[in-house]
Amino acid sequence: MKKLLSVVLLGVALSSALVGWLLSSPRPLYARDDWRAYEEGGDAERGRLVFLVGGCPSCHMTPGQPDPLRLGGGYRLKTPFGSFFPPNISPDERDGIGDWKVVDLANALLAGVSPEGTHYYPALPYTSYRRMTLSDVRDLMAYLRTLSKVSGRAPQHRLAFPFSIRRAVGLWKLIYLGPPGLPPDPSRSETWNRGRYLVEGPGHCAECHSPRDMFGGIIASRRFAGGVTPDGKGKAPNLTQAAKGFAEWSKEDVETALSLGLTPSGDSLGGDMAAEVRNLKQLPEADLQAMAEYIKSLPPIP
Amino acid sequence: MKRTLFVTAMVMFGATAVLAQSDAIAQRRALMKENGKAAQAIAAMLKGAPFDLATVQASLKTFVNAAQKAPALFPDDSKTGGDTHALPAIWENKADFNAHFAKLGDDATAALATIKDAASLKATMANFFDDCGSCHQTYRAKLN
Repeated sequence: MKKLLSVVLLGVALSSALVGWLLSSPRPLYARDDWRAYEEGGDAERGRLVFLVGGCPSCHMTPGQPDPLRLGGGYRLKTPFGSFFPPNISPDERDGIGDWKVVDLANALLAGVSPEGTHYYPALPYTSYRRMTLSDVRDLMAYLRTLSKVSGRAPQHRLAFPFSIRRAVGLWKLIYLGPPGLPPDPSRSETWNRGRYLVEGPGHCAECHSPRDMFGGIIASRRFAGGVTPDGKGKAPNLTQAAKGFAEWSKEDVETALSLGLTPSGDSLGGDMAAEVRNLKQLPEADLQAMAEYIKSLPPIP
Repeated sequence: MKRTLFVTAMVMFGATAVLAQSDAIAQRRALMKENGKAAQAIAAMLKGAPFDLATVQASLKTFVNAAQKAPALFPDDSKTGGDTHALPAIWENKADFNAHFAKLGDDATAALATIKDAASLKATMANFFDDCGSCHQTYRAKLN
């Protein structure tokens, strides 16, 4: 009887492991073998705007030096799960992404899957980037390829068990990763739709400005209702129309905050937002207006 | 009697020290408030309000004044209290901190010489407030 029980338990354990293994499989959006189909046609100038709204330098620029276009990685991002070290994304062939194809960048940003077929941790906010168009990814790659090669690799992440089990991210993705892309809402204006794309996609604003649950996923019902910075030390304010003070801002006030970093009282945004403003202010005025329109439309969540 | 006098003197000495410290905090907060109003005035013009040279120059002089006075308002005994948002990083990197004020002063002085009209205002002030943001990024506690 005992022997039978042991066998049954072993069977259950093995099947669960197999099911877990299968469920957590990395699912790239594009087959690497098809890379030639996606490689050509990227526009580096348009890619620069994707780079700026995407905020790539904030995590990937080499720390301890002022040039945001030196993307050697290695900045220490401390989180409740341990420390992440964003990798080198310069066009260096050995230490960066110099040997990547467009399809590799697409799978990384839109599916959180590496060229080797492993999961990226969602410290890379592919939960937002997933909404980006392939065209924007292709342009971004064209721009990234114009930047300086930086040698040296970032350290490995230092994560506490069980977060160190990379494969488990596959299960996390089943819960927290929505469908790719962002179909426009035909009942809304082109400007609003453009703003929504920029804010929810490459802008990834919700990643800081939303509260998260114990697994590090955004609490969907409280999206944009305010959050903390990854290191837990700073607050990213509520951006919905229930936010005290912020709800009274006009669209122009929001645009001024993004283009000059100034609030209606003349205060200058600091903390982690100061760096974002330095990027966002370089976007076309129409894009900032669109983002402001979308942000002002966020339904109230206290 | 002697002891009472001595104790009273020590208490008064302590009180003045506390007052001096909170005075520094109050003064620097006041300077920053003035900076905010000055920034507001310029932002309004960048958003379409009529250009007024006198107002622009008054704002820029406010920044110059703040840049000159502020570094001395962060003595070692003013790290806490008085509702200050100053971060410990200031005292760990005093030279870099002071350099931010120096840059603000330099940039505002240069702007005083350059800005003549709405076009030069836009060109000069588009990135001016990065001086404020870059200091607030590292040296000011994140506001709620």
